[in-house]
Amino acid sequence: MYSLEGITKSIQDWLFLKFDPTLALAIECVIVILLAISLFAILGLVLVLMERKVAAHIQIRLGPNRVGPGGMFQTVADTLKLIMKEGLTPDNADKFLFNLAPFVVMMVGMLLLAPIAFAKNFQIWDINIGVLYISSVSSLSVIGILMAGWASNNKYSLLGAMRSGAQIVSYELSAGFAVLTIVVFTGSLQISEIVASQQTGWWLFKGHIPALISFVLYIIAVTAETNRAPFDLAEAESELTAGFHTEYSGMRFALFFLAEYINIFIVCAIGATLFLGGWMPLHIGQWESFNHIMDYIPSSVWFMGKTFFLIFLIMWFRWTFPRLRVDQLLNLEWKYLLPISLFNLLLATVIAIFGWHF
Amino acid sequence: MYNQTEILKDTSELGAEGELVINMGPQHPATHGVLHLVVTLNGETIKKIEPHLGYIHRSIEKMCESLTYRQFIYVTSRMDYLSSHINNLGCALLVEKGMQIEVPDRAKVIRVILSELTRIASHELWLGAMAMDLGAFTPFFYAFREREMITEIMEDTCGARLTMNYIVPGGLMYDLHPDFQKKVKAFVKQFKAKVTEYEDLVTNNIIFQSRTKGVGILSAEDAISFGCTGPVARASGVSCDIRKIYPYEVYDKVSFNEILDTAGDSFARYMVRVKEMNESIHIIEQLIDNIPDGDFVGKTKNVLKLPKGEFYTRVETARGEFGVFVVSEGGTTPHRIKFRSPGFSNLSALNHMAVGSKIGDLMATMGTLDLVIPDIDR
Repeated sequence: MYSLEGITKSIQDWLFLKFDPTLALAIECVIVILLAISLFAILGLVLVLMERKVAAHIQIRLGPNRVGPGGMFQTVADTLKLIMKEGLTPDNADKFLFNLAPFVVMMVGMLLLAPIAFAKNFQIWDINIGVLYISSVSSLSVIGILMAGWASNNKYSLLGAMRSGAQIVSYELSAGFAVLTIVVFTGSLQISEIVASQQTGWWLFKGHIPALISFVLYIIAVTAETNRAPFDLAEAESELTAGFHTEYSGMRFALFFLAEYINIFIVCAIGATLFLGGWMPLHIGQWESFNHIMDYIPSSVWFMGKTFFLIFLIMWFRWTFPRLRVDQLLNLEWKYLLPISLFNLLLATVIAIFGWHF
Repeated sequence: MYNQTEILKDTSELGAEGELVINMGPQHPATHGVLHLVVTLNGETIKKIEPHLGYIHRSIEKMCESLTYRQFIYVTSRMDYLSSHINNLGCALLVEKGMQIEVPDRAKVIRVILSELTRIASHELWLGAMAMDLGAFTPFFYAFREREMITEIMEDTCGARLTMNYIVPGGLMYDLHPDFQKKVKAFVKQFKAKVTEYEDLVTNNIIFQSRTKGVGILSAEDAISFGCTGPVARASGVSCDIRKIYPYEVYDKVSFNEILDTAGDSFARYMVRVKEMNESIHIIEQLIDNIPDGDFVGKTKNVLKLPKGEFYTRVETARGEFGVFVVSEGGTTPHRIKFRSPGFSNLSALNHMAVGSKIGDLMATMGTLDLVIPDIDR
């Protein structure tokens, strides 16, 4: 199996050979930060273009097709425009919080990148409480959104922020319970162990009905958590113009925009890791030759393929469904999703205790 | 110069403790134009809506008083720009009624076909805009795919896509394009095949239904007392189709149903409009192969002078009853003129319909009222 493992390992060996351990670690940190930032930039460009192309094909039109071949450099041009634009701060805004908010939202995305396994042995930080870390850090993004809505001194922003607060806090529960189902099956919170446990088959197939239910719940909950349609009440442009980021312009708006796509990538990457085997190739029972061929596909391709499939799913939702109303949104969570996920967790626990899963 | 917070201070004295007053519009994505709603909120719940008008007032009625009976028709294209053909028709009918001008059968049939095409085009745009108000973008493009065919037919026939200006007192400005029948038939075929896509994408969508059912309910009594007409009143069970009650042109010779619903909520208004599109297709199908030969314009005097008196005609636009009232002193221009626009009365019911519901419901309600702001302001 091809892997990025060799490259990372040789770099690490070389660094520790040349420098003393502390300095080597510091250099590694810098490399990782640079890599993370460039990943962010690339993801932003790719995902925005992907969203526009997916939307275009769903809406019987072509999408961006002027800048570069097939409109490839459209997002580059858009980014340049946003960088050149003046970032206005409203007169009566709380200037400190107003300027801080986009960075808080962005920082949460960066922190969440740490425990994700991009390929075999290609992971920034294999923390032993990986899943717990992800659930707790991802809740922080609501602070940034509330900050933006409050500091803007705009009534639309405030309404958007309050909606977003109610929404993210509620849907965090379902997402958490869906993730817990897999933790119950695996018996570990560590991302690398969760991936390793799917050597023989992905949890989506191995975990019987509870895994299937929790996968659906997870997709619904994270769509809501990332403020995507049909749960995009926080920005609901027909109701609240642009919701919490109404007053933002230029690069600060771009950071919110980018953070949205980074968050989608991260929740989809986590979904792919937990339910679809992360970087594990698809193996079917006793089909030796099939499994062997699958092994030849690099693990990073598997990981990205699964993640982008989930991203496509979430984009597909956005361009198909109308938006829910705020009370319907909360009803859906507290009256349907939460009881189902609690019951589902119980079921999963019973299955795990008796070892009924494959 | 005063900033936004100061504008809000003026209205904030209306609000009690714990109330939030927001100005929706004149620039707002959901008001589809320069409508200004001062909305008093308690949390997300609407306590009061006060529409402020006048941002696009052009005093069309006063302008018409200095235009001749041939000219004033075309100003009305700029009122309800989505049913401009039907507005023109209403004005032409008034002049023809006042001067007893004979209109050739060919012109009558063509006028009706174009009126129905206009109605479909208007409803298509409404469908897309309404779905967009609810947060679904895709239906907009599906609706515009069919609407584009109509605007192309209009472009061939009238030379314009939006402000048709095709009707003159006594008939039509010029004859049909040779491709007219072929293109209309192609459109009818395409529409029938594609209308199921709307059903799949919008009507049967569970989120759409839960957003519109039981939202913005208007009872039949309220619909009458607010003066609502068109699909808004028909969804509440008020029979008010001018094409049925006071048939003009050839509407008494074609068979079509007046779509009525009794629920009076946003979903009923949605269904009434979707079914109306099918009825319009039905009317077009009956007429498109039976356009009589002959003149496309009747004989009229060069200078039109309405006899002294008061005249009123009404037509059914895509939004409801459009009335034209002219007081003539016997001259070449109207002495006084008044348009009864459907949007104005329909908007007046908004406060009654939306109070007590959420902001999201306001969009669902306002979307189904199908407001065209230049029609309200004139």
